Amino acid sequence: MASASFPDDTRFGLRRQARLPGPLRLDSGAALGPVDIAYETYGRMNADRSNVILICHALTGDQYVASDHPVTGKPGWWWRLVGEGKPVDPARHFIVCANVIGSCMGSSGPASLDPATGDPHAMRFPVITIADMVRAQAMLLDHLGVDRLHAVIGGSMGGMQALIWPTLYPERVKSCVVIASTARHSAQNIAFHEVGRQAIMADPNWRGGDYYADGAIPSAGLAVARMAAHITYLSEAGLTEKFGRRLQGRPENPNGSKTFGFDADFQVESYLRHQGLSFVERFDANSYLYITRAMDYYDIAEDHGGSLAKAFTASRARFCLVSFDTDWLYPTAESRLIVHALNAGGAQASFVELSSPFGHDAFLLECPELNRVVDGFLKGGRA
Amino acid sequence: MSLRPDLALIARTVTPGARVLDVGCGDGALMAALRDTKRVDARGLEIDPHNVAAAVGRGLSVVQGDADTDLVTYPEASFDYAILSQTLQTTRRPDRVVEELLRIGRQAFVSFPNFAHWRGRLSLFWGGRMPVTRLLPDTWYDTLNIHHVTVDDFRALVKDRGWTIDGQWFLKGDRETTHANANLFAEHAVFLLRR
Repeated sequence: MASASFPDDTRFGLRRQARLPGPLRLDSGAALGPVDIAYETYGRMNADRSNVILICHALTGDQYVASDHPVTGKPGWWWRLVGEGKPVDPARHFIVCANVIGSCMGSSGPASLDPATGDPHAMRFPVITIADMVRAQAMLLDHLGVDRLHAVIGGSMGGMQALIWPTLYPERVKSCVVIASTARHSAQNIAFHEVGRQAIMADPNWRGGDYYADGAIPSAGLAVARMAAHITYLSEAGLTEKFGRRLQGRPENPNGSKTFGFDADFQVESYLRHQGLSFVERFDANSYLYITRAMDYYDIAEDHGGSLAKAFTASRARFCLVSFDTDWLYPTAESRLIVHALNAGGAQASFVELSSPFGHDAFLLECPELNRVVDGFLKGGRA
Repeated sequence: MSLRPDLALIARTVTPGARVLDVGCGDGALMAALRDTKRVDARGLEIDPHNVAAAVGRGLSVVQGDADTDLVTYPEASFDYAILSQTLQTTRRPDRVVEELLRIGRQAFVSFPNFAHWRGRLSLFWGGRMPVTRLLPDTWYDTLNIHHVTVDDFRALVKDRGWTIDGQWFLKGDRETTHANANLFAEHAVFLLRR
Protein backbone atom coordinates (compact mmCIF):
# COMPACT_ATOMS: atom_id res chain seq x y z
CA MET A 1 0.00 0.00 0.00
CA ALA A 2 1.26 3.43 -0.84
CA SER A 3 1.31 6.24 1.65
CA ALA A 4 -2.15 6.53 3.12
CA SER A 5 -2.22 10.30 2.87
CA PHE A 6 -2.33 11.68 -0.65
CA PRO A 7 -1.68 15.33 -1.38
CA ASP A 8 -4.95 15.63 -3.30
CA ASP A 9 -7.04 14.24 -0.43
CA THR A 10 -8.93 17.30 0.75
CA ARG A 11 -9.09 15.91 4.27
CA PHE A 12 -5.40 16.63 4.76
CA GLY A 13 -3.47 19.86 4.90
CA LEU A 14 -3.66 23.30 6.45
CA ARG A 15 -6.88 25.11 7.39
CA ARG A 16 -9.23 22.15 7.04
CA GLN A 17 -12.75 21.91 8.34
CA ALA A 18 -14.91 18.82 8.67
CA ARG A 19 -18.65 18.69 9.26
CA LEU A 20 -19.29 15.40 11.06
CA PRO A 21 -22.93 14.28 11.32
CA GLY A 22 -22.69 13.14 14.92
CA PRO A 23 -24.62 13.26 17.04
CA LEU A 24 -21.95 13.58 19.71
CA ARG A 25 -23.29 12.39 23.06
CA LEU A 26 -22.10 14.86 25.69
CA ASP A 27 -21.40 14.32 29.39
CA SER A 28 -24.28 16.67 30.18
CA GLY A 29 -26.69 14.26 28.50
CA ALA A 30 -27.27 16.61 25.58
CA ALA A 31 -26.38 15.68 22.01
CA LEU A 32 -24.46 17.83 19.54
CA GLY A 33 -24.85 17.42 15.81
CA PRO A 34 -23.66 18.13 13.28
CA VAL A 35 -20.20 18.76 14.75
CA ASP A 36 -17.87 21.12 12.93
CA ILE A 37 -14.17 20.65 13.57
CA ALA A 38 -11.50 22.97 12.23
CA TYR A 39 -8.08 21.37 12.11
CA GLU A 40 -4.71 21.17 10.44
CA THR A 41 -2.56 18.24 9.43
CA TYR A 42 1.16 18.25 8.76
CA GLY A 43 3.29 15.57 7.15
CA ARG A 44 2.08 12.29 5.66
CA MET A 45 0.55 9.26 7.20
CA ASN A 46 2.79 6.24 6.63
CA ALA A 47 1.57 3.01 5.08
CA ASP A 48 0.73 1.26 8.35
CA ARG A 49 -0.67 4.48 9.84
CA SER A 50 1.68 4.17 12.80
CA ASN A 51 3.16 7.68 12.78
CA VAL A 52 0.14 9.75 13.82
CA ILE A 53 0.57 12.35 16.55
CA LEU A 54 -2.36 14.34 17.89
CA ILE A 55 -1.52 17.70 19.43
CA CYS A 56 -4.07 19.14 21.88
CA HIS A 57 -4.21 22.88 22.49
CA ALA A 58 -4.69 24.93 25.64
CA LEU A 59 -7.62 27.13 26.76
CA THR A 60 -7.15 29.95 24.29
CA GLY A 61 -5.09 27.98 21.79
CA ASP A 62 -6.12 26.79 18.36
CA GLN A 63 -5.32 24.39 15.54
CA TYR A 64 -2.46 26.54 14.22
CA VAL A 65 0.17 24.63 16.16
CA ALA A 66 2.89 24.97 13.53
CA SER A 67 1.58 27.43 10.94
CA ASP A 68 1.06 31.18 11.03
CA HIS A 69 -2.05 32.35 12.87
CA PRO A 70 -4.57 33.83 10.39
CA VAL A 71 -5.58 36.69 12.72
CA THR A 72 -2.36 37.61 14.52
CA GLY A 73 0.13 36.49 11.85
CA LYS A 74 2.27 34.98 14.61
CA PRO A 75 4.06 31.65 14.02
CA GLY A 76 2.38 28.46 15.23
CA TRP A 77 1.96 28.44 19.01
CA TRP A 78 4.16 25.35 19.49
CA TRP A 79 6.71 25.94 16.74
CA ARG A 80 9.44 25.21 19.26
CA LEU A 81 8.23 21.62 19.58
CA VAL A 82 6.49 20.95 16.26
CA GLY A 83 8.17 21.47 12.89
CA GLU A 84 11.12 20.53 10.76
CA GLY A 85 13.94 19.14 12.86
CA LYS A 86 11.82 19.36 16.04
CA PRO A 87 10.77 16.48 18.31
CA VAL A 88 7.42 16.34 16.49
CA ASP A 89 8.51 16.52 12.88
CA PRO A 90 6.28 16.48 9.76
CA ALA A 91 9.14 14.73 7.96
CA ARG A 92 8.56 11.71 10.21
CA HIS A 93 5.13 12.18 11.77
CA PHE A 94 1.61 12.73 10.55
CA ILE A 95 0.49 15.51 12.87
CA VAL A 96 -3.11 16.48 13.60
CA CYS A 97 -4.18 19.51 15.62
CA ALA A 98 -7.88 20.37 15.96
CA ASN A 99 -9.67 23.32 17.47
CA VAL A 100 -11.59 22.03 20.51
CA ILE A 101 -15.37 22.12 20.43
CA GLY A 102 -16.61 25.10 22.42
CA SER A 103 -13.84 27.25 20.97
CA CYS A 104 -14.15 29.90 18.26
CA MET A 105 -11.61 29.14 15.54
CA GLY A 106 -13.90 27.15 13.28
CA SER A 107 -15.11 24.30 15.47
CA SER A 108 -18.64 24.12 16.86
CA GLY A 109 -19.01 26.50 19.75
CA PRO A 110 -21.21 29.28 21.07
CA ALA A 111 -20.09 31.61 18.27
CA SER A 112 -20.81 29.11 15.47
CA LEU A 113 -24.13 29.06 13.70
CA ASP A 114 -26.87 26.71 14.81
CA PRO A 115 -27.89 25.02 11.52
CA ALA A 116 -31.45 24.77 12.80
CA THR A 117 -31.91 28.53 13.20
CA GLY A 118 -29.06 30.11 11.24
CA ASP A 119 -28.16 32.17 14.32
CA PRO A 120 -25.14 31.80 16.61
CA HIS A 121 -25.72 29.25 19.37
CA ALA A 122 -24.59 31.76 22.02
CA MET A 123 -25.53 30.42 25.48
CA ARG A 124 -27.86 27.85 23.89
CA PHE A 125 -24.74 25.84 23.06
CA PRO A 126 -24.61 22.84 25.41
CA VAL A 127 -22.12 22.91 28.27
CA ILE A 128 -19.22 20.63 27.34
CA THR A 129 -16.42 18.85 29.21
CA ILE A 130 -12.80 18.07 28.41
CA ALA A 131 -13.88 14.47 27.73
CA ASP A 132 -16.42 15.79 25.21
CA MET A 133 -13.60 17.64 23.44
CA VAL A 134 -11.68 14.35 23.28
CA ARG A 135 -14.72 12.46 21.93
CA ALA A 136 -15.00 15.06 19.17
CA GLN A 137 -11.30 14.56 18.36
CA ALA A 138 -11.89 10.81 18.15
CA MET A 139 -14.71 11.46 15.66
CA LEU A 140 -12.30 13.56 13.61
CA LEU A 141 -9.68 10.79 13.66
CA ASP A 142 -12.32 8.32 12.45
CA HIS A 143 -13.01 10.73 9.60
CA LEU A 144 -9.29 10.92 8.79
CA GLY A 145 -8.93 7.14 8.85
CA VAL A 146 -6.69 7.19 11.91
CA ASP A 147 -7.15 4.20 14.18
CA ARG A 148 -4.23 4.47 16.58
CA LEU A 149 -2.15 7.36 17.84
CA HIS A 150 1.59 6.97 18.10
CA ALA A 151 1.28 9.79 20.61
CA VAL A 152 -1.14 12.33 21.96
CA ILE A 153 0.62 15.44 23.28
CA GLY A 154 -0.66 18.49 25.10
CA GLY A 155 0.28 21.25 27.53
CA SER A 156 -2.01 22.81 30.12
CA MET A 157 -5.62 22.14 29.01
CA GLY A 158 -4.07 20.23 26.11
CA GLY A 159 -2.44 17.99 28.70
CA MET A 160 -5.85 17.34 30.25
CA GLN A 161 -7.13 16.13 26.88
CA ALA A 162 -4.00 14.04 26.35
CA LEU A 163 -4.47 12.43 29.77
CA ILE A 164 -8.15 11.66 29.16
CA TRP A 165 -7.42 10.04 25.79
CA PRO A 166 -6.07 6.71 27.14
CA THR A 167 -8.88 6.55 29.72
CA LEU A 168 -11.60 6.87 27.06
CA TYR A 169 -9.85 5.05 24.20
CA PRO A 170 -7.20 2.79 25.77
CA GLU A 171 -6.76 0.78 22.58
CA ARG A 172 -6.12 3.86 20.45
CA VAL A 173 -3.22 5.47 22.35
CA LYS A 174 0.36 4.17 22.31
CA SER A 175 1.92 7.04 24.21
CA CYS A 176 0.83 10.14 25.99
CA VAL A 177 2.76 13.34 26.77
CA VAL A 178 1.29 15.63 29.43
CA ILE A 179 3.09 18.92 30.01
CA ALA A 180 2.40 21.52 32.73
CA SER A 181 -0.96 19.98 33.46
CA THR A 182 -3.06 18.23 36.09
CA ALA A 183 -5.58 15.44 36.63
CA ARG A 184 -8.13 17.78 38.19
CA HIS A 185 -8.96 21.43 38.57
CA SER A 186 -8.27 22.67 42.09
CA ALA A 187 -10.38 25.11 44.07
CA GLN A 188 -7.82 27.80 43.28
CA ASN A 189 -7.99 27.00 39.55
CA ILE A 190 -11.80 27.22 39.64
CA ALA A 191 -11.64 30.44 41.64
CA PHE A 192 -9.49 32.22 39.08
CA HIS A 193 -11.77 31.07 36.28
CA GLU A 194 -14.81 32.31 38.13
CA VAL A 195 -13.22 35.77 38.36
CA GLY A 196 -12.84 35.74 34.58
CA ARG A 197 -16.37 34.57 33.94
CA GLN A 198 -17.85 37.14 36.30
CA ALA A 199 -15.88 39.89 34.56
CA ILE A 200 -17.36 38.84 31.20
CA MET A 201 -20.91 38.46 32.46
CA ALA A 202 -20.72 41.78 34.31
CA ASP A 203 -19.93 43.59 31.06
CA PRO A 204 -23.16 45.32 29.93
CA ASN A 205 -22.36 44.28 26.36
CA TRP A 206 -22.54 40.60 27.29
CA ARG A 207 -26.36 40.61 27.33
CA GLY A 208 -26.80 36.98 28.28
CA GLY A 209 -24.38 36.02 25.53
CA ASP A 210 -26.45 37.46 22.65
CA TYR A 211 -23.97 40.07 21.45
CA TYR A 212 -23.13 38.71 18.00
CA ALA A 213 -25.72 40.64 15.94
CA ASP A 214 -24.54 44.24 16.46
CA GLY A 215 -20.82 43.70 16.98
CA ALA A 216 -20.86 45.35 20.42
CA ILE A 217 -18.95 42.60 22.21
CA PRO A 218 -18.15 42.39 25.93
CA SER A 219 -14.56 43.32 25.22
CA ALA A 220 -13.90 45.07 28.55
CA GLY A 221 -15.04 42.02 30.52
CA LEU A 222 -13.12 39.59 28.33
CA ALA A 223 -9.98 41.73 28.57
CA VAL A 224 -10.17 41.71 32.38
CA ALA A 225 -10.70 37.94 32.34
CA ARG A 226 -7.58 37.58 30.23
CA MET A 227 -5.56 39.91 32.45
CA ALA A 228 -6.43 37.95 35.59
CA ALA A 229 -5.70 34.64 33.89
CA HIS A 230 -2.46 35.91 32.39
CA ILE A 231 -1.05 36.58 35.85
CA THR A 232 -1.53 32.90 36.67
CA TYR A 233 0.54 31.93 33.63
CA LEU A 234 3.60 33.83 34.86
CA SER A 235 5.77 33.48 37.92
CA GLU A 236 6.34 36.13 40.53
CA ALA A 237 10.08 35.99 39.84
CA GLY A 238 9.45 36.24 36.10
CA LEU A 239 7.23 39.31 36.52
CA THR A 240 9.78 40.93 38.81
CA GLU A 241 12.57 40.27 36.36
CA LYS A 242 10.59 41.51 33.36
CA PHE A 243 8.95 44.58 34.90
CA GLY A 244 9.92 45.04 38.53
CA ARG A 245 8.41 48.34 39.66
CA ARG A 246 9.56 50.10 36.51
CA LEU A 247 7.38 52.87 35.18
CA GLN A 248 5.93 53.03 31.70
CA GLY A 249 7.72 55.48 29.43
CA ARG A 250 5.65 58.13 27.63
CA PRO A 251 6.49 60.37 24.64
CA GLU A 252 6.87 63.41 26.93
CA ASN A 253 8.72 61.41 29.58
CA PRO A 254 10.66 58.37 28.31
CA ASN A 255 11.46 57.21 31.85
CA GLY A 256 7.83 57.38 32.93
CA SER A 257 6.46 58.91 36.10
CA LYS A 258 3.76 58.44 38.67
CA THR A 259 0.80 60.40 37.37
CA PHE A 260 -1.11 60.41 40.65
CA GLY A 261 -3.98 59.07 38.60
CA PHE A 262 -5.09 55.75 37.24
CA ASP A 263 -3.31 55.47 33.94
CA ALA A 264 -1.04 52.51 33.43
CA ASP A 265 1.90 54.05 35.30
CA PHE A 266 3.69 50.74 35.80
CA GLN A 267 5.05 48.68 32.94
CA VAL A 268 3.32 45.61 34.32
CA GLU A 269 -0.05 47.39 34.09
CA SER A 270 0.62 48.46 30.54
CA TYR A 271 1.67 44.93 29.65
CA LEU A 272 -1.46 43.36 31.13
CA ARG A 273 -3.73 45.89 29.41
CA HIS A 274 -2.04 45.08 26.12
CA GLN A 275 -2.55 41.36 26.75
CA GLY A 276 -6.24 41.97 27.48
CA LEU A 277 -6.84 44.20 24.45
CA SER A 278 -5.07 41.99 21.94
CA PHE A 279 -6.89 38.94 23.28
CA VAL A 280 -10.39 40.28 22.55
CA GLU A 281 -9.47 40.62 18.89
CA ARG A 282 -8.95 36.90 18.53
CA PHE A 283 -11.19 35.25 21.09
CA ASP A 284 -14.92 34.96 21.74
CA ALA A 285 -16.18 35.81 25.23
CA ASN A 286 -18.78 33.03 25.29
CA SER A 287 -16.17 30.49 24.24
CA TYR A 288 -14.11 31.67 27.19
CA LEU A 289 -17.07 30.91 29.48
CA TYR A 290 -17.64 27.45 28.00
CA ILE A 291 -14.02 26.31 27.95
CA THR A 292 -13.20 27.53 31.46
CA ARG A 293 -16.34 25.72 32.64
CA ALA A 294 -15.16 22.53 30.94
CA MET A 295 -11.81 22.82 32.72
CA ASP A 296 -13.47 23.40 36.08
CA TYR A 297 -15.57 20.24 35.70
CA TYR A 298 -12.40 18.29 34.92
CA ASP A 299 -11.42 15.66 37.50
CA ILE A 300 -10.35 12.29 36.07
CA ALA A 301 -10.46 10.50 39.43
CA GLU A 302 -14.03 11.67 40.07
CA ASP A 303 -15.08 9.96 36.84
CA HIS A 304 -13.54 6.69 38.07
CA GLY A 305 -14.99 6.23 41.53
CA GLY A 306 -12.48 8.57 43.13
CA SER A 307 -9.44 6.53 42.03
CA LEU A 308 -7.06 8.09 39.55
CA ALA A 309 -5.17 4.78 39.25
CA LYS A 310 -8.37 3.03 38.11
CA ALA A 311 -8.71 5.44 35.20
CA PHE A 312 -5.63 3.99 33.50
CA THR A 313 -5.97 0.26 34.22
CA ALA A 314 -7.23 -0.57 30.71
CA SER A 315 -4.44 1.41 29.02
CA ARG A 316 -1.13 -0.03 27.84
CA ALA A 317 0.17 3.42 26.90
CA ARG A 318 3.54 4.86 27.86
CA PHE A 319 3.29 8.18 29.67
CA CYS A 320 5.61 11.15 29.87
CA LEU A 321 4.83 13.94 32.32
CA VAL A 322 6.69 17.22 32.60
CA SER A 323 6.13 20.01 35.10
CA PHE A 324 7.93 23.30 35.67
CA ASP A 325 9.28 24.39 39.03
CA THR A 326 7.82 27.93 38.85
CA ASP A 327 4.36 26.85 37.59
CA TRP A 328 1.90 27.66 40.37
CA LEU A 329 -1.19 27.15 38.20
CA TYR A 330 -0.58 23.41 37.80
CA PRO A 331 2.28 22.82 40.21
CA THR A 332 4.58 19.80 40.23
CA ALA A 333 2.59 18.15 43.02
CA GLU A 334 -0.31 17.68 40.58
CA SER A 335 1.94 15.88 38.10
CA ARG A 336 3.29 13.72 40.91
CA LEU A 337 -0.26 12.61 41.78
CA ILE A 338 -0.63 11.39 38.21
CA VAL A 339 2.74 9.64 38.30
CA HIS A 340 1.87 7.88 41.55
CA ALA A 341 -1.42 6.71 40.08
CA LEU A 342 0.39 5.41 37.00
CA ASN A 343 3.02 3.66 39.14
CA ALA A 344 0.29 2.04 41.19
CA GLY A 345 -1.11 0.56 38.00
CA GLY A 346 2.33 -0.50 36.75
CA ALA A 347 2.17 1.80 33.73
CA GLN A 348 5.34 2.85 31.92
CA ALA A 349 5.69 6.38 33.18
CA SER A 350 8.35 9.02 32.98
CA PHE A 351 8.24 12.27 34.87
CA VAL A 352 10.54 15.22 35.26
CA GLU A 353 10.23 18.65 36.82
CA LEU A 354 12.16 21.09 34.67
CA SER A 355 13.50 24.40 35.83
CA SER A 356 12.29 27.59 34.16
CA PRO A 357 11.75 31.16 35.30
CA PHE A 358 8.60 31.52 33.18
CA GLY A 359 5.92 29.87 35.34
CA HIS A 360 3.09 28.01 33.63
CA ASP A 361 3.91 29.64 30.28
CA ALA A 362 7.23 27.77 30.26
CA PHE A 363 5.70 24.95 28.21
CA LEU A 364 5.34 27.33 25.25
CA LEU A 365 8.75 28.97 25.63
CA GLU A 366 12.36 28.12 24.93
CA CYS A 367 13.32 25.04 26.94
CA PRO A 368 15.91 22.76 25.32
CA GLU A 369 15.47 20.12 28.02
CA LEU A 370 11.75 19.86 27.22
CA ASN A 371 12.56 19.16 23.58
CA ARG A 372 15.18 16.62 24.60
CA VAL A 373 12.75 14.81 26.89
CA VAL A 374 9.88 14.74 24.37
CA ASP A 375 12.19 13.71 21.53
CA GLY A 376 13.74 10.88 23.52
CA PHE A 377 10.36 9.74 24.79
CA LEU A 378 8.80 9.62 21.32
CA LYS A 379 11.78 7.78 19.86
CA GLY A 380 11.91 5.40 22.84
CA GLY A 381 8.49 4.10 21.81
CA ARG A 382 9.94 2.58 18.65
CA ALA A 383 12.37 0.29 20.49
CA MET B 1 30.52 2.34 26.75
CA SER B 2 31.60 0.44 29.84
CA LEU B 3 29.48 0.24 32.94
CA ARG B 4 30.70 1.03 36.42
CA PRO B 5 32.00 -2.29 37.90
CA ASP B 6 29.15 -2.74 40.39
CA LEU B 7 26.60 -2.05 37.63
CA ALA B 8 28.32 -4.47 35.26
CA LEU B 9 28.13 -7.11 37.96
CA ILE B 10 24.42 -6.49 38.49
CA ALA B 11 23.80 -6.44 34.73
CA ARG B 12 25.48 -9.86 34.42
CA THR B 13 23.36 -11.35 37.18
CA VAL B 14 19.88 -10.09 36.21
CA THR B 15 17.70 -12.69 34.44
CA PRO B 16 16.89 -11.80 30.81
CA GLY B 17 13.42 -10.36 30.27
CA ALA B 18 13.00 -9.48 33.96
CA ARG B 19 11.09 -6.48 35.29
CA VAL B 20 13.51 -4.12 37.03
CA LEU B 21 13.14 -0.96 39.08
CA ASP B 22 16.40 0.98 39.30
CA VAL B 23 16.22 3.30 42.31
CA GLY B 24 18.69 6.15 41.96
CA CYS B 25 19.21 5.25 38.31
CA GLY B 26 21.28 8.32 37.46
CA ASP B 27 21.31 8.95 33.72
CA GLY B 28 20.02 5.44 33.08
CA ALA B 29 23.31 3.71 32.12
CA LEU B 30 22.40 0.42 33.80
CA MET B 31 18.79 0.54 32.57
CA ALA B 32 19.93 1.10 28.99
CA ALA B 33 22.40 -1.79 29.24
CA LEU B 34 19.74 -4.10 30.69
CA ARG B 35 17.25 -3.08 28.01
CA ASP B 36 19.72 -3.49 25.16
CA THR B 37 21.49 -6.68 26.24
CA LYS B 38 18.82 -8.54 28.23
CA ARG B 39 15.49 -7.18 26.93
CA VAL B 40 14.71 -6.15 30.48
CA ASP B 41 11.60 -4.04 31.18
CA ALA B 42 13.34 -1.37 33.23
CA ARG B 43 11.88 1.55 35.14
CA GLY B 44 13.86 4.15 37.02
CA LEU B 45 13.55 6.54 39.94
CA GLU B 46 16.03 9.42 40.13
CA ILE B 47 16.21 12.58 42.21
CA ASP B 48 18.25 14.81 39.90
CA PRO B 49 16.18 16.44 37.12
CA HIS B 50 19.10 16.69 34.68
CA ASN B 51 19.77 12.97 35.06
CA VAL B 52 16.06 12.26 34.55
CA ALA B 53 15.99 14.38 31.40
CA ALA B 54 19.06 12.53 30.09
CA ALA B 55 17.53 9.13 30.85
CA VAL B 56 14.13 9.95 29.32
CA GLY B 57 16.05 11.45 26.40
CA ARG B 58 17.50 7.99 25.73
CA GLY B 59 14.02 6.50 25.69
CA LEU B 60 13.91 5.12 29.24
CA SER B 61 10.96 5.27 31.64
CA VAL B 62 12.29 7.29 34.54
CA VAL B 63 10.38 9.17 37.20
CA GLN B 64 11.86 12.05 39.11
CA GLY B 65 11.46 11.33 42.79
CA ASP B 66 13.02 10.59 46.14
CA ALA B 67 13.76 7.04 47.31
CA ASP B 68 12.97 8.08 50.89
CA THR B 69 9.42 9.18 50.10
CA ASP B 70 8.26 7.87 46.73
CA LEU B 71 8.84 4.11 46.90
CA VAL B 72 5.57 3.72 48.81
CA THR B 73 3.68 4.51 45.59
CA TYR B 74 4.89 1.30 43.89
CA PRO B 75 2.74 -1.79 44.40
CA GLU B 76 3.98 -4.90 46.21
CA ALA B 77 6.00 -7.46 44.20
CA SER B 78 5.56 -5.45 41.01
CA PHE B 79 9.17 -6.04 39.92
CA ASP B 80 11.49 -9.04 39.75
CA TYR B 81 14.38 -6.89 40.95
CA ALA B 82 14.65 -3.57 42.70
CA ILE B 83 18.12 -2.11 42.39
CA LEU B 84 19.77 0.42 44.67
CA SER B 85 23.30 1.10 43.48
CA GLN B 86 25.52 3.56 45.32
CA THR B 87 22.43 5.28 46.70
CA LEU B 88 21.91 3.57 50.08
CA GLN B 89 24.38 5.82 51.86
CA THR B 90 22.63 8.98 50.57
CA THR B 91 19.15 8.14 51.88
CA ARG B 92 17.72 9.50 55.11
CA ARG B 93 16.56 6.09 56.33
CA PRO B 94 18.52 3.37 54.51
CA ASP B 95 16.82 0.60 56.49
CA ARG B 96 13.35 1.71 55.41
CA VAL B 97 14.47 2.15 51.81
CA VAL B 98 15.76 -1.45 51.70
CA GLU B 99 12.52 -2.60 53.35
CA GLU B 100 10.62 -0.87 50.52
CA LEU B 101 12.89 -2.43 47.88
CA LEU B 102 12.13 -5.88 49.24
CA ARG B 103 8.41 -5.12 49.22
CA ILE B 104 8.42 -3.86 45.61
CA GLY B 105 10.91 -6.35 44.16
CA ARG B 106 11.00 -10.10 44.66
CA GLN B 107 14.74 -9.59 45.05
CA ALA B 108 16.81 -6.48 45.66
CA PHE B 109 20.35 -5.56 44.65
CA VAL B 110 22.03 -3.15 47.04
CA SER B 111 25.50 -1.81 46.30
CA PHE B 112 27.48 0.63 48.39
CA PRO B 113 31.03 1.82 49.04
CA ASN B 114 32.55 0.08 52.04
CA PHE B 115 33.48 2.69 54.57
CA ALA B 116 35.64 0.22 56.52
CA HIS B 117 38.10 -0.26 53.65
CA TRP B 118 41.63 -0.11 55.04
CA ARG B 119 42.47 3.15 53.26
CA GLY B 120 39.64 4.90 55.04
CA ARG B 121 40.63 3.31 58.33
CA LEU B 122 44.20 4.52 57.90
CA SER B 123 43.06 8.03 57.14
CA LEU B 124 40.86 8.15 60.22
CA PHE B 125 43.18 6.25 62.53
CA TRP B 126 46.52 7.86 61.68
CA GLY B 127 45.44 11.13 60.11
CA GLY B 128 42.47 11.73 62.37
CA ARG B 129 40.59 13.00 59.34
CA MET B 130 37.49 11.77 57.53
CA PRO B 131 38.82 9.90 54.48
CA VAL B 132 38.86 11.47 51.04
CA THR B 133 39.67 8.61 48.65
CA ARG B 134 39.14 7.66 45.01
CA LEU B 135 35.92 5.93 46.00
CA LEU B 136 34.80 8.61 48.47
CA PRO B 137 36.12 11.73 46.78
CA ASP B 138 34.10 14.36 48.66
CA THR B 139 34.95 16.14 51.86
CA TRP B 140 32.81 15.59 54.95
CA TYR B 141 30.90 18.84 54.46
CA ASP B 142 29.90 18.47 50.83
CA THR B 143 29.42 14.73 50.48
CA LEU B 144 25.98 13.40 49.58
CA ASN B 145 26.76 10.34 51.70
CA ILE B 146 24.94 10.91 54.97
CA HIS B 147 24.91 7.33 56.25
CA HIS B 148 28.35 5.80 55.96
CA VAL B 149 28.11 2.05 56.13
CA THR B 150 30.53 -0.86 56.23
CA VAL B 151 30.15 -4.40 54.92
CA ASP B 152 29.75 -5.71 58.46
CA ASP B 153 27.26 -2.98 59.36
CA PHE B 154 25.14 -3.99 56.42
CA ARG B 155 25.39 -7.70 57.26
CA ALA B 156 24.27 -6.89 60.79
CA LEU B 157 21.25 -4.99 59.47
CA VAL B 158 20.36 -7.92 57.18
CA LYS B 159 20.57 -10.33 60.08
CA ASP B 160 18.63 -8.05 62.39
CA ARG B 161 15.76 -7.71 59.91
CA GLY B 162 15.75 -11.39 58.98
CA TRP B 163 16.39 -10.77 55.30
CA THR B 164 18.03 -13.49 53.19
CA ILE B 165 21.28 -12.96 51.28
CA ASP B 166 21.00 -14.66 47.87
CA GLY B 167 24.34 -13.36 46.66
CA GLN B 168 27.20 -11.11 47.66
CA TRP B 169 30.09 -9.73 45.65
CA PHE B 170 33.02 -7.54 46.61
CA LEU B 171 35.05 -5.24 44.43
CA LYS B 172 38.51 -3.80 44.63
CA GLY B 173 39.00 -1.31 41.84
CA ASP B 174 37.41 -2.84 38.76
CA ARG B 175 37.93 -6.43 39.89
CA GLU B 176 36.05 -8.82 42.08
CA THR B 177 37.84 -9.69 45.26
CA THR B 178 37.60 -12.43 47.86
CA HIS B 179 34.93 -12.66 50.56
CA ALA B 180 37.59 -13.18 53.16
CA ASN B 181 38.06 -10.01 55.19
CA ALA B 182 35.79 -8.14 52.80
CA ASN B 183 35.12 -5.58 55.52
CA LEU B 184 38.79 -4.63 55.40
CA PHE B 185 39.71 -5.15 51.76
CA ALA B 186 36.58 -4.53 49.66
CA GLU B 187 36.12 -1.02 48.32
CA HIS B 188 32.68 -1.90 47.17
CA ALA B 189 29.97 -4.39 48.09
CA VAL B 190 27.01 -5.71 46.13
CA PHE B 191 24.31 -7.72 47.92
CA LEU B 192 21.38 -9.58 46.43
CA LEU B 193 18.64 -9.84 49.05
CA ARG B 194 15.24 -11.39 49.50
CA ARG B 195 12.64 -10.89 52.20
